Amino acid sequence: MTTSTRYVLAAGMAFGLGQAALAQDETVNVGVLQSLSGTMAISEVTVKNAEIMAIDEINAAGGVMGHQIKAVIEDGASDPAIFAQKATKLIQNDDVVTVFGGWTSASRKAMLPVFERADNLLWYPVQFEGNECSANIMYSGAQPNQQILPAYTWAKDQGKESYFLVGSDYVFPRTANMIVKKHIDEDGLSLAGEEYVPLGGTDFSAVIAKIRAAQPDIIFNTLNGDSNVSFFKQLASAGISIEDTPVMSFSIGEQEAQAMGVSLVEGSYAAWNYFETLPGEANEAFIAQYRDAYGANAAVTDPMLHGYLNVYAWKAAVEAAGAFDVDEVRAAAVDLDVDTPMGTVSFAPNQSLRQTAYVGELNESGKFDILWQSEGMIEPQPYDPLTFPNKSCDLSAG
Amino acid sequence: MLDATLLAGQVFNGFSVASLFVLAALGLALSFGLMRVINMAHGEMLMLGGYLAYLTYLVVPGPLAILVAMPVAFLGAALLGAVLELTVIRKLAARPLDTLLATWGVSLILQQAARSIFGPIGVGVTAPDWLNTGFLLAGVYIPSTRLFILAVAVVVLAVLGLVIARTRLGLLVRAVNQDRMMAAASGINVRRVDLAVFCLGTGIAGLAGVVLSLLGPVTPSVGQSYIVPAFLVVVMGGLGSMVGTTVAAIILGLVSAISQIFLDVSMSQVLMLLSVIVFLQFRPQGVVATRSRALEE
Amino acid sequence: MTDHPIFKHGWIVVLAVGICAPALLSSYDLNLLGRFLAMAILAIGIVLIWGEAGILTLGQGVFFGMGGYCIAMYLKLSSLEAGALPDFMEWSGVSALPWWWVPFANPVLALLAIIVVPAVFSGVFAWLVFRRRIVGVYFALITQAVALTFATLLTSQQNTTGGYNGLTGFQTIFGLELGTTDGNRTLYWVTLAILALVFAATRWLIGSRYGTVLRATRDGENRVRFLGYNTTPYKVVAFALSAVFAAIGGALFTLHAGVVSPAFVGVVPSIEMIVWVAVGGRHSLWGAISGVLIVNFAKDMISSALPEAWLYVLGLVFILVVMFLPNGLAGLVDDLWQKYRTRDGSNDMAGSTGALEESK
Repeated sequence: MTTSTRYVLAAGMAFGLGQAALAQDETVNVGVLQSLSGTMAISEVTVKNAEIMAIDEINAAGGVMGHQIKAVIEDGASDPAIFAQKATKLIQNDDVVTVFGGWTSASRKAMLPVFERADNLLWYPVQFEGNECSANIMYSGAQPNQQILPAYTWAKDQGKESYFLVGSDYVFPRTANMIVKKHIDEDGLSLAGEEYVPLGGTDFSAVIAKIRAAQPDIIFNTLNGDSNVSFFKQLASAGISIEDTPVMSFSIGEQEAQAMGVSLVEGSYAAWNYFETLPGEANEAFIAQYRDAYGANAAVTDPMLHGYLNVYAWKAAVEAAGAFDVDEVRAAAVDLDVDTPMGTVSFAPNQSLRQTAYVGELNESGKFDILWQSEGMIEPQPYDPLTFPNKSCDLSAG
Repeated sequence: MLDATLLAGQVFNGFSVASLFVLAALGLALSFGLMRVINMAHGEMLMLGGYLAYLTYLVVPGPLAILVAMPVAFLGAALLGAVLELTVIRKLAARPLDTLLATWGVSLILQQAARSIFGPIGVGVTAPDWLNTGFLLAGVYIPSTRLFILAVAVVVLAVLGLVIARTRLGLLVRAVNQDRMMAAASGINVRRVDLAVFCLGTGIAGLAGVVLSLLGPVTPSVGQSYIVPAFLVVVMGGLGSMVGTTVAAIILGLVSAISQIFLDVSMSQVLMLLSVIVFLQFRPQGVVATRSRALEE
Repeated sequence: MTDHPIFKHGWIVVLAVGICAPALLSSYDLNLLGRFLAMAILAIGIVLIWGEAGILTLGQGVFFGMGGYCIAMYLKLSSLEAGALPDFMEWSGVSALPWWWVPFANPVLALLAIIVVPAVFSGVFAWLVFRRRIVGVYFALITQAVALTFATLLTSQQNTTGGYNGLTGFQTIFGLELGTTDGNRTLYWVTLAILALVFAATRWLIGSRYGTVLRATRDGENRVRFLGYNTTPYKVVAFALSAVFAAIGGALFTLHAGVVSPAFVGVVPSIEMIVWVAVGGRHSLWGAISGVLIVNFAKDMISSALPEAWLYVLGLVFILVVMFLPNGLAGLVDDLWQKYRTRDGSNDMAGSTGALEESK
């Protein structure tokens, strides 16, 4: 660290981070940074809503250590460079003590250096491909070993022997599939095919021809957004039924299913760490409250819930640390139990969330019937030991 | 793994993709041939067609809704085309590049309007059951949706061919196409011919939007995913010729489908662009060259 | 070009403001301004190819991205220990650095590549297309397809390009720590200096004999041919220069932003680049620079407060400008000035008509 960085940090602390400088009745700024425009807005706006809802609830209940929280909302515009720019603005101009946000890995990667340089903290809510380990990010979305690998294990236990991998052409599907392939290979099962379509792609004729030729037992689908609709429509019109060739999707939640038309995807599987149908009063209350604010038909999804719980996890960590200081909050967050609509969870020392994996089947009302759940919480592994044997994430030193 | 069934299947898929290209590009090519303008909002006419199909399905449910949706979408898109022609394109007649830019602004506004009205997620249009079947032909599965789209493309081409060759409108179009000034001098209302052709073109795009909804989602950005290949078809086809457009669409459809046996979709897109550039090295005027006495085209 | 009398000496004021900016702005705002000035370098290239040569290109994002990736590859390699691979290659199963990455370990070669790579690529492409006399709308559409294809290609070759995520996580360049207040300031100076240099060079070029032939080609290519000129090389050079300017802008932008990704390259960003220049004025270098600043500052302010409204505003402004102000804001300022001068009964008529003629 050079002198100039030190200077910036010192200045930042004097302005907002330092507990001492904060009068008891002063509000504290936090950043909310999601895409409100552009291609990702569809998904990210709902996460923003959930994050704001949590902040409002906390304020209504008296704030954090007596301080009211002010959310500074910024638009990342689905563009990584803008995410980095707005993150800088939040930290430098708005003196936020922490930021909730991000969805795509591209946006997270672009923001990471900003948070490391300013030693601020980002709470990231979406399942991702792992392979990252930063002290300045709290990863509450699933690591590969908490979503895609449990789904694979489930399929293997169901007796599925040949797997066809279809994905949008970007980092999450390619990396997730690379890990799955290693495990398929290790377990002596067979890979029926692997195909990628550019983001937003609509023509699946060739992919489907290959699926037809390969006759897989199950399709692992990591397609993103609109491409899913094209894929399922063309699959149906090619006479491949979900009953004969099941599809396990990793980016289709309640919201997407609703938008696609439930009849199209009914009977397909999805793997997440949260489903709207999870039992429990806390979950029912959460859903009711969200629908109160955003309409009776609003879908509640896994990333939304992670956005919501991030705010509460931050509050709990601040209160445990007795300070807003980033290093103290980060240290306090680890192994700290937080009550959430998906049960009591905690962050592991590698700053990823311990959580349960579920496999659900989509029913005719657009909800998931939970078929299977992992035995207890799964410890997060940013690097899959089989695929990346020489990698580990140890944040205790830094 | 080149087996005959896969190859035959991809040849069929190539024609299927080509039929989409034809429907998306035909309107562009018609008005380009006549007025030398490219309408960047053409993709949004596809989008409008899709949304009109969705609305029609709400009003007239049932297995034959799609047959109602097609004329509705044709008329709706043609109407929007008329508005666009009268307010923007006519005013920029002498500046084709500026027309292209102004219509991009229109496309941006239309997309955002769809987002405001129907929401950003898009709407589902389900194919009727009689289209959700298919049959095996020599080991190749032929989905009836794709066959239906192919048939729509053939019918549209045939009707358009008849209109151009046999009707009074067609006569006027041919006259203006050959020599705009002489046609105007001999008393043809050139502006009105422009308007008619433009509306016809956007109407076909609306129709294309309906059949696209059988294969994919109807979203505010659905037009964008088809518009760039449609532009390539127009460039390769040559100045607004129907035959040229059709041939170019078939070539590009086949290149795309057959290359996907060996390549992934991204690389096959690269190959498509390269084949257009290489093709233009040999035939810069496109598949069908129109002979013109005018020096500056 | 419509270089307005106000600007004749106005550049002193503008440059003075540019020089004072670091003292007046916060580190964040200075970084933002630096990004926009980097984009302005690209905009100058668009004035050359679109305003002067009359060739509309919808693919400038390709070269902007090329410049960005060239510098980013060097930054990525320089932040690693010798022999180590960039993180995304490791987790994509790449075991050795691809051959085309190797030169970028050398800073001099990387800087050279920012100019050479887009120059060669754009030169070959333009020569292939222009020699077959493919012009106007055809050319615009082909360049748009190139933008789409290049973005798709970058995204799909994840194991060697970083894919959709792009390249990020840069530390230092030539000992300069990026992202710090000092770093931002130095980077701003470099950007301002390069912008001034590119501005002066383009201005000279436009005034030269080459510029005259280029404008003549725009207004009547066949007539220029009949006068014995082979117009193809003139156009190829103009296209290649605009590509190099775009790449320089892209490289500087990447340093300011700390990330380069396919999001810079595709169809929409490429058209937005044309919007900046259309709004500012396609025939005016000052206009283009103002256009970049106005559109982007507006975007920064409006899109966060009212993300829904931004696209309506952008679309509408663009339509109105293209229809009613084909020479952009610079043209508007020019017209107003002419009116003012005429009403004033100025005796400097000769000078202003001269400027007017030059603008045609």
